Amino acid sequence: MASPCTSPSTPHHTIDVSYLARLARIEITPEEAAIFGPQIGRILDHVEQMNKLDISGIEPTAHAITVFDVIREDAVTESLPKKTILENAPHNANGLFVVPKVLD
Amino acid sequence: MSTFTPFQSIAATRRLLRSKELSPIELIEGLEARIASVDPAIGAYIERNLETAKKEAAHADLSKPLGGIPIGIKDAISVKGQPCQSASRILDGYTAPYDATAVARLRASGAIPFGRMNMDEFAMGSSTENSAFHPTHNPWDLNRIPGGSSGGSAAAVAAGTALATLGSDTGGSIRQPAALCGCVGLKPTYGRVSRYGLVAFASSLDQIGPLTSTVEDSGIILNAMAGKDPHDSTSLELPDEDFTAEIGRDLKGLRIGVPKEYFVDGMEPGVRSSVDAAIKQLVSLGAEPVEISLPHTEYAVAVYYIIATAEASANLARFDGVRYGRRSPEAKDLLSLYEKTRAEGFGREVKRRIILGTYVLSSGYYDAYYLRAQKVRTLIRRDFDQAFTKVDAIVSPTSPETAFRLGEKTDDPLKMYLADIFTIATNLAGICGLSLPCGFSNRDGVDLPVGLQLLGRPFGESRLLRIGHAYEQSTEWHKRRPGQPGL
Repeated sequence: MASPCTSPSTPHHTIDVSYLARLARIEITPEEAAIFGPQIGRILDHVEQMNKLDISGIEPTAHAITVFDVIREDAVTESLPKKTILENAPHNANGLFVVPKVLD
Repeated sequence: MSTFTPFQSIAATRRLLRSKELSPIELIEGLEARIASVDPAIGAYIERNLETAKKEAAHADLSKPLGGIPIGIKDAISVKGQPCQSASRILDGYTAPYDATAVARLRASGAIPFGRMNMDEFAMGSSTENSAFHPTHNPWDLNRIPGGSSGGSAAAVAAGTALATLGSDTGGSIRQPAALCGCVGLKPTYGRVSRYGLVAFASSLDQIGPLTSTVEDSGIILNAMAGKDPHDSTSLELPDEDFTAEIGRDLKGLRIGVPKEYFVDGMEPGVRSSVDAAIKQLVSLGAEPVEISLPHTEYAVAVYYIIATAEASANLARFDGVRYGRRSPEAKDLLSLYEKTRAEGFGREVKRRIILGTYVLSSGYYDAYYLRAQKVRTLIRRDFDQAFTKVDAIVSPTSPETAFRLGEKTDDPLKMYLADIFTIATNLAGICGLSLPCGFSNRDGVDLPVGLQLLGRPFGESRLLRIGHAYEQSTEWHKRRPGQPGL
């Protein structure tokens, strides 16, 4: 159960946290990047053990209990009222979500 | 007339209500007083208001299976008209516009959903320390964590401030806090209960389930919630079933698998001895022990933290400051609206997991991480398929250790993750799991609850509850109460 990777040593994996945070649309501080980098690196070191396994010919599992082709009747049904949905928006006007200007 | 007494089971409370020894209003008022006196020290609730519940109690239909029974709801599960934030700041100001199907079904059975139980933000954590609101304290030792992520749900049942609660379990988030707080937690088979209205964390692993003071109560709640829901295409159409039907039957002829990989060095001695004694007890009740192997157990944590973070990074993309929740006042353009809103709204653990999930799904790494993890997931699932050809259930500790101290693991996420080793594979395989009290381990002079985990084959909940009930009724563990001052 105990893993040698738990010690806060320098991880083998280094990742570009700032780049990934940009992809994930999260602004992070240099301080956060400095903390996350080694932490995520050590998690990836631990994950490395998966490479010991021979997985050739093994099908991937996306869902443990597989269901296929779940379709519903193509019928018009009621959905939540627009007003109810817009009430949860941080900014709305004229029945629409308002965001900062997208085009100049 | 009697009054509300804490720690009564649903089954017992139902009898009092039906015989009119206790009215539904008296029940809610008694619970309200209990919460007011005890919860300030525990912090199981984010929202303790029972005004709506009182109104509903006035017309409770006692002929229904859960008539007049209040059930506390984890903050990740939608209750119409009530805030639902998954304990995250990013959902500040959000009110659920509809009931989760699980909640709607509880209502249809006469139950009164109430409260918002504390949790780790977006169910990411094993200690409830990641809540954006406040930590929850373990009723058995207020310096210790209640487990997580459904820590509020478990602590409330253990402290007698709720008869029963709902939690959600993605990698052990019902069973581990149930174990650490000394109550019963059931993770149903994937697809058994609709996920509609549950704030998504990892959609292929998430499942809603009950936390209760007895095994029978968890079956009573599952009876109300289970079933196909058109709003969740992964919920399954199965024959109607009374999950309490096997309760009361003995264990003769049942084979209980003991996986050697779950009994390794490094476990807390008091956990090991309690679980060993529990297995002997099951045998004395007529069950036959069978040593089994689940050879891919050691890979479960690695596979889980790839798949769960990958799914989370996609699921949590919806929190963008546009349609619901908070929006950063600093935003100047659309990109900074996203980036600043998410920077301000998410806590550290959530950011860490989204970034890891983004990495494993990113171009060039997908095959090495995500696809490989899905293939190893297949091997883990096969381990269980094979085991269940030989045994009716698998027995193990729920957690390798009892409740740890607040702050003990917050600086080392990997250490926190490794404590989930016994619960995680269940979700990867989609099977059902139950945790119930099986003893105490003394740590620093305090007796802390130990949880016994029973795992069953897909859709084998009834069998699991039969075994759990037989064990529970043959021991006194579930009758012990926390001795903390003020409880």
